[in-house]
Amino acid sequence: MTRSAPFFYHFSRIIERPGKIAGMKRKKIPAVSAGNKNSQKTMSIGVKITVTTLLLGVVLACSAILAISAGSSGTHFMETLAILVGNGDPDSVSSTIIWQIRLPRVILAAFVGGTLALGGLVFQALLRNPLAEPYILGISGGSAIGAILAMLLGLSYFPGVALFSFGGSLLVLAFVTTLAGATLGNTMLSRDSLLLGGVMMNAFCAAVIMFLISMTRSFQVQHILYWLMGDLAALQKGQLSILFLVLPCFAVIFIMARPMNLLLLGRETAAAMGINVKNTILVLLVVTSLMVSIIVSLSGLVGFVGLVIPHIFRMVFGPDHRLLVPSCLLGGASYLIVCDLLARVIPSSGELPVGIITALIGAPLFIILLIRHRN
Amino acid sequence: MQILDIKDISLEYRDKIILENVNFSVCAGEFFMVIGPNGAGKTSLLKVLAGLQKASRGTLTVKGKNIESYSRRNLAKIMAIVPQQVEVGFPFTVAETVVMGRTPHLGMLGMEDEEDFALARQAMEFTDVVHLAERKLFQLSGGELQRVIIARAICQQPEIILLDEPTTALDPAHQLKIMDLMERFCREQGTTVVMVSHDLNLASMYGDRLLLLKEGREVRTGTPGDVLTRDLLEKTYGCRMQVDESPLGRVARVTPVPDKYLSPDEENL
Repeated sequence: MTRSAPFFYHFSRIIERPGKIAGMKRKKIPAVSAGNKNSQKTMSIGVKITVTTLLLGVVLACSAILAISAGSSGTHFMETLAILVGNGDPDSVSSTIIWQIRLPRVILAAFVGGTLALGGLVFQALLRNPLAEPYILGISGGSAIGAILAMLLGLSYFPGVALFSFGGSLLVLAFVTTLAGATLGNTMLSRDSLLLGGVMMNAFCAAVIMFLISMTRSFQVQHILYWLMGDLAALQKGQLSILFLVLPCFAVIFIMARPMNLLLLGRETAAAMGINVKNTILVLLVVTSLMVSIIVSLSGLVGFVGLVIPHIFRMVFGPDHRLLVPSCLLGGASYLIVCDLLARVIPSSGELPVGIITALIGAPLFIILLIRHRN
Repeated sequence: MQILDIKDISLEYRDKIILENVNFSVCAGEFFMVIGPNGAGKTSLLKVLAGLQKASRGTLTVKGKNIESYSRRNLAKIMAIVPQQVEVGFPFTVAETVVMGRTPHLGMLGMEDEEDFALARQAMEFTDVVHLAERKLFQLSGGELQRVIIARAICQQPEIILLDEPTTALDPAHQLKIMDLMERFCREQGTTVVMVSHDLNLASMYGDRLLLLKEGREVRTGTPGDVLTRDLLEKTYGCRMQVDESPLGRVARVTPVPDKYLSPDEENL
């Protein structure tokens, strides 16, 4: 078939019409005006990411050193620094406290904070809803059920509790996404049905957890209850290495940062710009539940980090996830280190579960943010 | 050369027939317009063409290959779509939105370089939105937003641009500007334009060929002169139409005629 002749040739006065049409090669859009390149005031995204990462890295290092140097046995700041860089007496009591107790705990706090903040960020992007969080979707609840079951069965932490925990979160995830798919009549995940399904699953998980606890008549109840409130003290030494399983998850999410930006614009728009929407959502959901369930099985339910931290950084940096992913990671880590420090130093004896601190800070802060946002 | 070939495409959704045995093909570099009454299936057809909606039956060939054989990314290098509605809830700026069009051309980490920003800027100049570059999407008027989304599609450097009623929210000056721009891309770059429109006069003035749809079925495909006839339009749209030659020259002009302007003997359609 040949190209039909357009029948408005008289318009050539108005429209510049080149002689050749057929067989023209595609070329780049011709430059309309030169000299505009320099007028770009904004920093390139790479520079922005580097600067932000460095700044927040410094914040993280400072809060970590602060948290390592403070505690019930009262070590001093300079002494801590000396011990950390290897200049202190390796056999002293404070050296043992720092290397054996405080440093692992600070590392755990950093991982928990970073993971939960990132988990919140991912779910908020996927659901296009700033209230989404692993908790709201029931992912944390599912992994808590798995973990409690494994604890009651007397399984060792690894692989028993961790695997049960991941299994629990995946079951919830599968259920919630199937439900969302079924109500929509096709395989694309609808935003509202996913959220509603999650809320229901969360309520259901809470009931199952209470059921499991009430059926238990052993010394473990106290331990489980404490763990449920979010407890960073329960970490055993061998568990620390399991934490590093979440590092590849961070990398995957950073690679997915740009697709997440596009998903904010709607699934069809993202698809039209070359994103495989189904696969992207699936990978993000699985990776996020994996890292969240690892964290939940280690530290219990620490809430509000995933709600507060992404919200704050979104207000500062805007919606670009290439900036938000590293900043939530580092900011969430610093935030939880400080919260855990407060949990350790506020009570005159003993300590609080860190989940109580994050909730006490997080809930009011979130309400303030909401009110300000509305104005 | 046929860049899009649609064979016996049908689309059903929950027992409702949306498209039925639609057949047509679009040549490379053609300005192809889809017209028809509300609910004729124009937007659904566009989604099928873009691969966003899988057809229930029939085959769709893009550049000689079945559309199913393309990855989303490779398809996005060929095709850009300007949808009817866009999500503006998240505070991206205009510049950020336009440069998102570069997505299928970027590497794994998705970092844009100087060239990408330059292309985005050119695209913004084409659609006259440079002065809005740092504004947030939700601060824009409907017409401004439409031009931003068109800029994003241009920035994608596609061989085919699919547009869903791009001029509906625009004033006459910007309507012509967008239509002229699309025509320029068509003629100078060899870009294929497939546009859904309600504006029969724009279709008459710009379309190389028109597809007239009604209730999911193809009524006629052909040059504006073939399609924009009084009989056909009155039957398709179900209202009085006057079709005459535009004072501008050899283009058809279509005027829907309200009842109050009918002479008494014409009132029974």
